[in-house]
Amino acid sequence: MTDDEQSNDGSERQASLRERFEALPRWQSDLLLIGATLLGLYALMGVLGLVTGLGVSGVTRTLRAVTFLATAYALVVLALNLHWGYTGLFNIGVAGFMAVGAYTMAIATADPDPGPAGVPGLGLPVPVGIALGMIAAGLVGLVVVLPALRIRADYFAIVTLAFAEVIRLLITSGALREFEIAGRELGTGGGAGINFARLDTVIPNWVLYRGGDIEQGTNVLGYQILTLTNAIGIERTMVENWLYTFTMILLVAAVFWLLVRTGNSPFGRMLKAIREDELATKSLGKNTPMVKIKVFVLGCAIMGLAGIFWQGRNGYVDPNAFLPIVTFYIFIALIIGGSGSNTGSVVGALVFVGVLFEGPPYAQRIVRQNVDLPRPSTVYDGVVALGGGDPMPLIGYTVGELPNLRFILFGAILIALMIYRPDGMLGHRNEPASPIDLRRERSPREGLADTASTDGGEVDE
Amino acid sequence: MSETEATGVENPEEGAAPLEVSNLRKTFGGVVAVDDTSFSVERGSITGLIGPNGAGKSTTFNCITGVHTPDSGRVVFEGEAITNLNPNQIAGKGLVRTFQIARELSEMTVLENMLLAFENQQGEDLWRSVTPGLRKRVIEEERAFLERVWETLELFEIDHLAHEQAGNLSGGQRKLLELSRALLTDPEMLLLDEPMAGVNPSLEKKLLERIHELKAQGYTFLLVEHDMDVIMENCEHVIVMHQGRVLSEGPPAAIQADEQVIEAYLGGEV
Repeated sequence: MTDDEQSNDGSERQASLRERFEALPRWQSDLLLIGATLLGLYALMGVLGLVTGLGVSGVTRTLRAVTFLATAYALVVLALNLHWGYTGLFNIGVAGFMAVGAYTMAIATADPDPGPAGVPGLGLPVPVGIALGMIAAGLVGLVVVLPALRIRADYFAIVTLAFAEVIRLLITSGALREFEIAGRELGTGGGAGINFARLDTVIPNWVLYRGGDIEQGTNVLGYQILTLTNAIGIERTMVENWLYTFTMILLVAAVFWLLVRTGNSPFGRMLKAIREDELATKSLGKNTPMVKIKVFVLGCAIMGLAGIFWQGRNGYVDPNAFLPIVTFYIFIALIIGGSGSNTGSVVGALVFVGVLFEGPPYAQRIVRQNVDLPRPSTVYDGVVALGGGDPMPLIGYTVGELPNLRFILFGAILIALMIYRPDGMLGHRNEPASPIDLRRERSPREGLADTASTDGGEVDE
Repeated sequence: MSETEATGVENPEEGAAPLEVSNLRKTFGGVVAVDDTSFSVERGSITGLIGPNGAGKSTTFNCITGVHTPDSGRVVFEGEAITNLNPNQIAGKGLVRTFQIARELSEMTVLENMLLAFENQQGEDLWRSVTPGLRKRVIEEERAFLERVWETLELFEIDHLAHEQAGNLSGGQRKLLELSRALLTDPEMLLLDEPMAGVNPSLEKKLLERIHELKAQGYTFLLVEHDMDVIMENCEHVIVMHQGRVLSEGPPAAIQADEQVIEAYLGGEV
């Protein structure tokens, strides 16, 4: 009896928690979900790392790497969600648009006089380069989407994929390795890549130092930050590293804000309608081709931005960073999170990077830190030893191959998701596209009957 | 005399047929789906378009609404040629259609479906939807739209389904949703493609009541329908198509007595 009552109590409390969560305004519940996922991920990796003796610095280094990669993914996944999740535009050329952004930025900012080994660029300031990169990615998106408006969705996918490959091959080709426009030597550097200003140094320097120049000493903000971090014993290099990651977090926040507003609007409603049935949408008087163009260009510009901040952080890009596989990783992240949901896009990026992408190598590090396993060079040696009654070589081999085995994991997870949860983690959420929270709207007639349920939090602003 | 002339000058369109189709022709490969079809629809009437399967009714609909481009012929709506316009442009002129198989937007709620219908919404402009100061106006407009949506949903008695995903609705409810959604576009004339297909008798009665109410308000209807009783009891004018052509045209009683029509429906090739 008492047990029953207790469990009843528990479930009631759970229910009320759930109700309270659902009663929150949309933006609050969204942030809560994202924050909870992030904290959960940090807690999981942090506790695991600390307990198994990776040490504080090892753990924070991993957390920073995970955060950086997750934010980079979140940027692209959000853009892809705008294309595919909202509008149903099956863009499988994501890597190509990222390449356009990153390379435009690289060529714009590279040193015009790089010495004998390097490729010359225009030597423009970094912000100009970033803006140019986004504009170029958007314009290229425009070029791709115009002919593609006339073709069916599956052919559109082929066009985008082919296009991304064309971009990558153009970058790699010897013809564009170095060329001359209006007397200026420029180039993509071909397969060798191109060097330019390191974003992960330039941006922290702007934040910390006067005029972005370390020689001129700290600025007001930089002084505050460094004094504070110094007091709690954090090294300056670590501060600089984290500042770049924080910049990424701010970028994700800005893009998230932009896309949530885009989605929760009559414009976003047209996007969803196009995804569901373009002819019906046209028959309601909507100029769907125009909407598709706008949305595709916007998404491509964001992909360009992501390409710049992700692949360009080290001040170096080469064509191998933009292989088609990158596009598919981004799709997996979106499908995990739930396409059609901006919150789901960010959560998907976090889970994909933290658990699937960085998880297995992390597990490998933890195991190697604690157990001294044999490391046979082939699986054959492991199997032979297993036949002899010793499983350790096989386990050792498996642990050694964990970073590669994760690709099998991706496939397995994807199949499982398609079968058991095709909507992803958050794709089932009811997120009506309107600047007003439609979930709480009640018919005026019904409202007269019970006024209690209608008051409180109706607008998402 | 002079009075009627004066009103005629003031409203040149008044009385003239809002929709005129002349010599419409559409082929698919070797199949002639619509062949030299001409008819006009009277203002404020319910006109029925009937014919056996494959008579070209739906193709005619698609040619009128811009889904297909006719090979030849002209479509004039309110004195304006709309023959080669896009579906969205035609809908924008006030000629709005529904589909044979209801095209609800399944993964959107009924409310979203309805809100989509309003034309020229401020918030359909990406810039206005996103920019902080301008968004306020979008929200105000949305509130006004919502009021009309609730009114319409109550009129069609589907307000209890407002938060349901449109894909979860029954066939008849979808038809109601589609018709009410089409109404919110502020049309002059509605083209309904088999509005009663798959609708149970009580719902059918309700739908017809709505259509008559709307007709009384001045809307013009052209409907394709297979149910002869519906056509004969509700239309003032009936157009019969057969093998891509207009076979016969006239008031229901005359059509029912027409030998050719009986022949087309009962005998001969389908």
